[in-house]
Amino acid sequence: EYSFTGQVRFQGEPQASGLPEYIKIVEVGPRDGLQNEKVIVPTDIKIELINQLSKTGLPAIEVTSFVSSKWVPQMADHKEVMRGIERHPGVQYPVLTPNLQGFHSAIAAGATEVSVFGAASESFSKMNINCSIEESIERFEEVTKSARNMNIPVRGYVSCALGCPYEGNIVPDKVAEVSKRLYSMGCYEISLGDTIGVGTPGSMKKMLEAVMKEIPLSALAVHCHDTYGQALANILTAVQMGVAVVDSSVAGLGGCPYAKGATGNVATEDVIYMLNGLGINTGVNLCAVMEAGNFICTALNKKTNSKVAQASFSTATIN
Amino acid sequence: MASLPHSPITGAGDPWRGAEPAPKQTAPCLPGAPGTSKAGAIRARRARRRAEPQGKMPRCDTGGAARDSTWGQVSSGAAASGAYPKRVKVVEVGPRDGLQNEKNLVPTPVKINLINMLSETGLQVIEATSFVSPKWVPQMADHTEVLQGIKKSPGISYPVLTPNLRGFQAAVAAGAKEVSIFGAASELFTQKNINCSIEESLERFEEVMRAAKEASIPVRGYVSCVLGCPYEGKISAAKVAEVSKKMYSMGCYEISLGDTIGVGTPGSMREMLAVVMKEVPVGALAVHCHDTYGQALANILVALQMGVSVVDASVAGLGGCPYAQGASGNVATEDLVYMLNGLGIHTGVDLQKLMDTGTFICNALNRKTNSKVSQACCRL
Repeated sequence: EYSFTGQVRFQGEPQASGLPEYIKIVEVGPRDGLQNEKVIVPTDIKIELINQLSKTGLPAIEVTSFVSSKWVPQMADHKEVMRGIERHPGVQYPVLTPNLQGFHSAIAAGATEVSVFGAASESFSKMNINCSIEESIERFEEVTKSARNMNIPVRGYVSCALGCPYEGNIVPDKVAEVSKRLYSMGCYEISLGDTIGVGTPGSMKKMLEAVMKEIPLSALAVHCHDTYGQALANILTAVQMGVAVVDSSVAGLGGCPYAKGATGNVATEDVIYMLNGLGINTGVNLCAVMEAGNFICTALNKKTNSKVAQASFSTATIN
Repeated sequence: MASLPHSPITGAGDPWRGAEPAPKQTAPCLPGAPGTSKAGAIRARRARRRAEPQGKMPRCDTGGAARDSTWGQVSSGAAASGAYPKRVKVVEVGPRDGLQNEKNLVPTPVKINLINMLSETGLQVIEATSFVSPKWVPQMADHTEVLQGIKKSPGISYPVLTPNLRGFQAAVAAGAKEVSIFGAASELFTQKNINCSIEESLERFEEVMRAAKEASIPVRGYVSCVLGCPYEGKISAAKVAEVSKKMYSMGCYEISLGDTIGVGTPGSMREMLAVVMKEVPVGALAVHCHDTYGQALANILVALQMGVSVVDASVAGLGGCPYAQGASGNVATEDLVYMLNGLGIHTGVDLQKLMDTGTFICNALNRKTNSKVSQACCRL
């Protein structure tokens, strides 16, 4: 069984409390965040955002997506972004590659880590990438095979881990099954996504228990959406169960395409605030992230979705 | 079925600074970041702001992670077993705490309708109004009309705030059957808020307690600033426990611990509750979390894990934070109930009816809801 641990993770022994000593934050704002923003963001803004994020201490920043620009116009400039960003040592810059073609294109543009996106729901898989889960797995296997040959780590995502916009309830065993397929084919980490944010600490716990039977804890990440305000509580639940990798998006960039006007990704600032308060090390400078959030919100002419940022900037402007 | 880790969550770290890296680990290479001159300038600016006089909200500056050695202890009850309470009582504070912090003055009939609608949702406790001087709190000037105008459903309690004996007497005359008194764990906050010291405020409350006992009126005690103060910054858990104990000993049947400026995190919530629970039985404790920093539901989750089974919330998340302009305040009842439902915890509250009530009051106030559940369901 092939497994590649990808980047070195500075994960110490669990604390006496049972919580991880260190949590790796995977910043998905430039990709998942911007992909779900209505306004097309100029390439130089994207590059500047990523460069600012690179200076915050974040260990992983998802840069862009090598998908057809026909499907995702926001990511049409993937090559320019990939080539244009500063690459800081010790920071990973994964990119999405839905298939072999995207993978090769990504490598040619200088990518050194890629991600593949599966789903725990057949309907979602069909609606999103126009094929069944099984067919998507076959596509990903092509990617992971090539990646292995080139020593490129692959991260696997499982969408709809806590609910599907089409199917509704998702059985935890299905999430475990898809996760296991991705892990077995060589993904070093599986990010479990609450795509529509319907999960609660109750469903998060049940799902993780099922998945943890198949995948080692150290290879798990959670990707929570805050559409129903549950993200931090869900992340806390995952962290209490030992999960030590959390995805988030600066300024909470990226709405939910399935609930108009609703929020999507959890804000990196709010996650870090919570983890700091728990005494968990992330290596990330919260104020620097807030600055990057401020930058991108100004550029997008929108308000931040981060409550920490809202509270801080408004306190700062009082008097 | 695997259970939650036995040991409690670790001690409170500084939410701004975070944990210092553990000595034997090295954090990923941090080129540039904290050492840059730009970062330094920003820090200097923030430090200057911290030093400025009252009205500003100082950072909770603990100078790094506080890994208190008491954290290794396993707390008894829910946290150790990973269980949650089977039932949670939701105390709805929207009509009082919520509206009090809304800018627009709400007409009396709207307040009455709001409370009547809330009475239909299954909520057992609805804080109706506040018998304070209209000079201080104009929003609550119609307290008598509201209390007398609402339809009082049997089985539902409609507590009202009474800051002193005069307010208590006015409340009882208007038909109040339960009252609340508001203490604080911070001297400066007490001075600024009610113009006296904590000790003096407790003396005032003693008068109310005596009268309430005679009239067989239950009294709920609130303690503000339990996880941080807009003036003093960090608040010691021991102080919270001391004030809570005094209020409980004088006869309050329940103590609601308020994170008034929402700066708390699961770490500081845990630390505070562990200390308070040594002085006040957990069955008499409630949490009143503000969502100003987005931490409310996570903080509430921790409180539940420690055995707390009474949670305050405000429909539609009514009520901003007076200390951070534009920031949110109370946690939204809808979002709380959504979470409790997902945990299989019984509340008796009909989420749909609650959302409808939220829609009503937001329309009346001409504002958007602060409830994410409502937003997601395409409501205002």
